[in-house]
Amino acid sequence: MPEINFHKKLKELKKMASEEHMQVYEDLSKIEHKLFGGKGSTSAWEKVTLVRHPERPTALDYIERVFDNFFELHGDRLGGDDAALIGGIAFFEGIPVTVIAHQKGRNLKDSIYRNYGMAQPEGYRKALRLAHEAETFGRPVITFIDTQGAYPGISAEEKGIGEAIARNLKEFSRLQVPVISIVIGEGGSGGALGIGVGDRIFMLENSVYSVISPEGCASILLRDASKANLAAELMKMTARDLLGLGAIHGIISEGEGGAHKDVENTARYIQEALAQQLPILINKKVPQLLKERSQRLLSMGPYYEEQEERQHFFSRIFGRGS
Amino acid sequence: MGIFDKLKKHSRRPQKESRVRWRSTGPKKGRTGQKKNELAYIEEKHACPICHRHIDDKILKENMYVCPGCNHHFQLALKERISSIADPGTFKEFDASIRSVDPIEFPGYKEKLEKAKQKSGQNEAVTIGTCLIEGRSAALGAMSFAFMGGSMGVAVGEKVSRLLLKGAEKNLPVVLFAASGGARMQEGILSLMQMAKTSHAIALLQEQRLPFFVVLTHPTTGGVTASFAMLGNVILAEPGALIGFAGPRVIESTIKQKLPEGFQRSEFQQEKGFVDAVVDRKQMKSTLSFLIDTHVPRREVR
Repeated sequence: MPEINFHKKLKELKKMASEEHMQVYEDLSKIEHKLFGGKGSTSAWEKVTLVRHPERPTALDYIERVFDNFFELHGDRLGGDDAALIGGIAFFEGIPVTVIAHQKGRNLKDSIYRNYGMAQPEGYRKALRLAHEAETFGRPVITFIDTQGAYPGISAEEKGIGEAIARNLKEFSRLQVPVISIVIGEGGSGGALGIGVGDRIFMLENSVYSVISPEGCASILLRDASKANLAAELMKMTARDLLGLGAIHGIISEGEGGAHKDVENTARYIQEALAQQLPILINKKVPQLLKERSQRLLSMGPYYEEQEERQHFFSRIFGRGS
Repeated sequence: MGIFDKLKKHSRRPQKESRVRWRSTGPKKGRTGQKKNELAYIEEKHACPICHRHIDDKILKENMYVCPGCNHHFQLALKERISSIADPGTFKEFDASIRSVDPIEFPGYKEKLEKAKQKSGQNEAVTIGTCLIEGRSAALGAMSFAFMGGSMGVAVGEKVSRLLLKGAEKNLPVVLFAASGGARMQEGILSLMQMAKTSHAIALLQEQRLPFFVVLTHPTTGGVTASFAMLGNVILAEPGALIGFAGPRVIESTIKQKLPEGFQRSEFQQEKGFVDAVVDRKQMKSTLSFLIDTHVPRREVR
């Protein structure tokens, strides 16, 4: 298969170029896209455009199909509510669950009402309230992540968006019920992580998850906001990349042609994934659940250390045989 | 260093801060005995950037790098930060060898790390250890903005977590000086996950009824604000520090208007209820020792 060989060579060249010759790297990327773009895997940037597609299903589209009797609960009990981050209770195959989700709009008017899925502190505090309620009544928590990021505005800063997200990270990491997160579209930075700490995290096939938007990365690191497509590729933000990095547990397929073409099948695949994972997590005893979550969070990411202290460190923290 | 290098270096400097009038001849390395990579304070200058007053090196040092005229707090380098808090000779660094790798093979990242290492003389953007603060044992960590903007990658997240876990293990209160531009983008999603890692480590510390005191210094923004910086049992801040989640430029470009004076500064955050107290650098050590005394872990709580 000479075509495959050529593609492999091209990738090698790209890797070499990425070390120092950014211009060459970009040109090679363009060539690769032209020659192989239509086939096989879609590029990172195509995925970014795909998840921002106006017809991309929103969280409520999946919630309606995956759960029974979803009942939305409003308010953070501190003086606010947020339409961009919704929550409620529902049944999943007969089990009561708490659902928390970023909600982007389904049309322009709805998008404005939902603030394009960019949540404010009220949203994160509501999410935390609902999570604690879920803990009290032993309901598993299922979250759907779909946001460009938390809202970067004056009001959000004044009400402490940083504190709201930080508290969620801490509290969700110790929640005594199973937490499953699914990235259904854009996973943008701290705004996504604010409802994304838990026992299992999955991503839809075409979804992306990154520390900063590709535009942001391009303007800061590449000093050119128009190079967002290059940044998207460099940041390794696709589901496949994240699975390779060990940041997520699995990828959920989308229907033929992407979720916007086939929401029914996509919802069915989400349901199947939940049906497989929930019983496993529910059957774990709470200390075991928390211990495994703790280990996963504390071992996130590679670093260099001179002595082989890491092993020692973990046995000290978690005891031997863990 | 040859005379030409010296001239080049000197002529470059005023362009960096054109508002500052240069009267002195730059840091006197011979007299203060400091090497280039061990700058006492980040702003390598001898005039206050706020009130433009000329300050003598010696006076500035005696004043803990605070402008005697307008109380502007210069950014402190690691060594000065630690000596301003820890009792002399008591700081014992641990896990010093931890450093970043290049997990997503981001172009140019390795070189940047190497440069930062040479510039700051440190392995990473945070240094952790144990020390005595006015005779009280504590685990102490300090981030340095000089190392890639104090950004948090896997190594920084790991070290901050180990500091917190050391406190939990050895029954020590934990003090951390934050200074960071946020998550380190060059490590992609793994840098984001450090927010979860560090926040989780705080949960483990606080479950043991041990306190975490965090001091926010200029600047503390992004992923660090949205994780450990906002999770202290007591949150202190140095005067005038920029503290926020989204940076001012990002907000300005979103709302398309200029931000008011003092927005996201320490005093603003205290007014909005997110900082317990704004504390001058000279009172920081005694404040921390007071806090340690008032947060005695009570093992037996009914």
